[in-house]
Amino acid sequence: MLNRLSTYFYLRPRVVLALLLLPPLLWFLVVYIGSLITMLINSFFYLDGFTGKVIHEFTLATYAKLLDPTNLQIFRRTTLMAACVTVACVVIAFPLAYFMARFASPRMRTLLYLAVTLPLWSSYVVRVYSWKLILAQEGIISWFSRLIHIDWLLDLYLKLPGIGGPSLSVSATGIFLVFVYIWLPYMIIPIQTALERVPKSLLEASSDLGASPSQTFRTVLLPLAFPGVIAGSIFTFSLTLGDFIVPQLFGNSSYYIGKAVLVYQGTAGNIPLAAAFTMGPIVIMVVYLLIARRLGAFDAL
Amino acid sequence: MSDDKAIEFRNVSRTFPVKQDNLIGEVKAVDNVSLEIHNGEFFSLLGPSGSGKTTSLRMIAGFDRPTSGQILLYGQDVSNLPPYERDVNTVFQDYALFPHMTVGENVGYGLMIKKIARSEREKRVDEMLDLVQLLGFSGRKPAQLSGGQRQRVALARALINHPKVLLLDEPLGALDLKLRQQMQIELKAIQKRVGITFIFVTHDQEEALTMSDRIAVFNQGRIEQIGSPAEIYEHPLTQFVAGFVGVSNLISGDTARRITGSDVQFSIRPEKIHLDAMDGRPDPETFSAEGKVRDVIYLGLYTRYLVDLNGGGDLVVVEQNLKTTSMDVMKAKGQNVRLSWKKEHASYLGG
Repeated sequence: MLNRLSTYFYLRPRVVLALLLLPPLLWFLVVYIGSLITMLINSFFYLDGFTGKVIHEFTLATYAKLLDPTNLQIFRRTTLMAACVTVACVVIAFPLAYFMARFASPRMRTLLYLAVTLPLWSSYVVRVYSWKLILAQEGIISWFSRLIHIDWLLDLYLKLPGIGGPSLSVSATGIFLVFVYIWLPYMIIPIQTALERVPKSLLEASSDLGASPSQTFRTVLLPLAFPGVIAGSIFTFSLTLGDFIVPQLFGNSSYYIGKAVLVYQGTAGNIPLAAAFTMGPIVIMVVYLLIARRLGAFDAL
Repeated sequence: MSDDKAIEFRNVSRTFPVKQDNLIGEVKAVDNVSLEIHNGEFFSLLGPSGSGKTTSLRMIAGFDRPTSGQILLYGQDVSNLPPYERDVNTVFQDYALFPHMTVGENVGYGLMIKKIARSEREKRVDEMLDLVQLLGFSGRKPAQLSGGQRQRVALARALINHPKVLLLDEPLGALDLKLRQQMQIELKAIQKRVGITFIFVTHDQEEALTMSDRIAVFNQGRIEQIGSPAEIYEHPLTQFVAGFVGVSNLISGDTARRITGSDVQFSIRPEKIHLDAMDGRPDPETFSAEGKVRDVIYLGLYTRYLVDLNGGGDLVVVEQNLKTTSMDVMKAKGQNVRLSWKKEHASYLGG
């Protein structure tokens, strides 16, 4: 019986393929696409200010609300933060990824790989809270700055508008530092993978043809590692756009997209506005990827 | 006459540290090599893998530096210059074409680095593509080319800077036999046309014999012999060269004494040996030996005989099938034969 079933399937590979693809396709269509569409539909409804009920009628009023100066400011602030976090992650990740891909012995590379991914094993919330201790008013950084007598510099920095605050743990700088910390692994791994795939002979050929190391970096290594940088930046950028815990814990009163979504759908019960807010990062990511493609990020793929 | 020397190695050694079973030792990739390569020569570094030929080439290119000794390029000590300050260019074994650039950008890369104006650059790129018969391919990506075409692009890219010396690291290794033979002839023609010194690394002795003006045979980090293809083939100086370049019979000890009267080891090429019936007397101008044909292998173009010598030892003999058919040659199996060869065809070996 089982034998005949096997033969049946062996002779009909398309049936096997269909059976194999059915569960992931169902999951993808129902859970991913379905919820996205539900969200999109919801964003065209609106909240009745009087009754506090969601009115299921098509309107663009909710999207119009996104264009309020306060809400636009939230988008600007979050996108700027995501961009800064991404750039910082690239700057920190690239040299380490380069070392891992080019110079580290296989043993050393495994160790570094482990070290880079190790933080991902522990709870996100625990790690974020531990930064609270590092950045707090009486935390490690202010203690250390007093120790080496640069606490005046820290105070001066915290007085700066926009990036400062009462302490590092309640400032845009704090949010930035924690974001860079938690998303860094997502940048290192793709860059390392991209660099590993660049044959050594390409770098030798470049220097053989007269290019100095910095010219080789600009004309050969960076363009070939660029898809990795883009892959990493998709993580850091989109994760920063959507995160609500870090701005909640380290921010002052200023909102970020994730925090706004949380407040609108949870506290205020304004599901349509929360849905419209969530469409923001999706649009921003699409624009980002289009720019990346224009820059030739995917040419070498 | 220092101008005549394109490249000179003065007692060059290169050792690499190795770690095995927690013991740290070193391996001598290149062991005290001295060598002169003349201006305009097609010079081959021939040897098996791990013989030091590629390391030697990489030291000329600047990718590697000698542990001791000096490398001179037209009289100038370049031992410690980085690759981008040496007037040599390389054709890599895997071609190493930049995948994100077009053929034209690849070929023009050296000129782009030198900041030569775009119009001038395009003109010279086209000249180079014309030289390697790829005119019109400028806009394609390397991934769209066949192996042979990539090979030509790599050659054009390396030649566009008019280097003093062109280094070729087994550039034909990845091509199939027909294409390889065609490229051998073409490479030689291009070298004649541009008049640049070519240094060619290969493990293929036939390739080295076909193309080179002179050959250095490498073994275990040392040079066994340097000479023209004919010298290397006809008068191998060492046992290694006799065995690596072409096929040789190596004869030593008692067998050698029976044949030549001395027990100095010598080599004799299979095609130099005549195979005759046992009648008549041996010619005094030749060395000769008697034996019995153990095996006959018919190979179309020629036939290979394996002959057991009377009194021990065996010889391989090759004869062209000028007038014989496969039926004729097979009859020789089991026959007693006399083998003879001219005395000057035996090479006495030192090592």
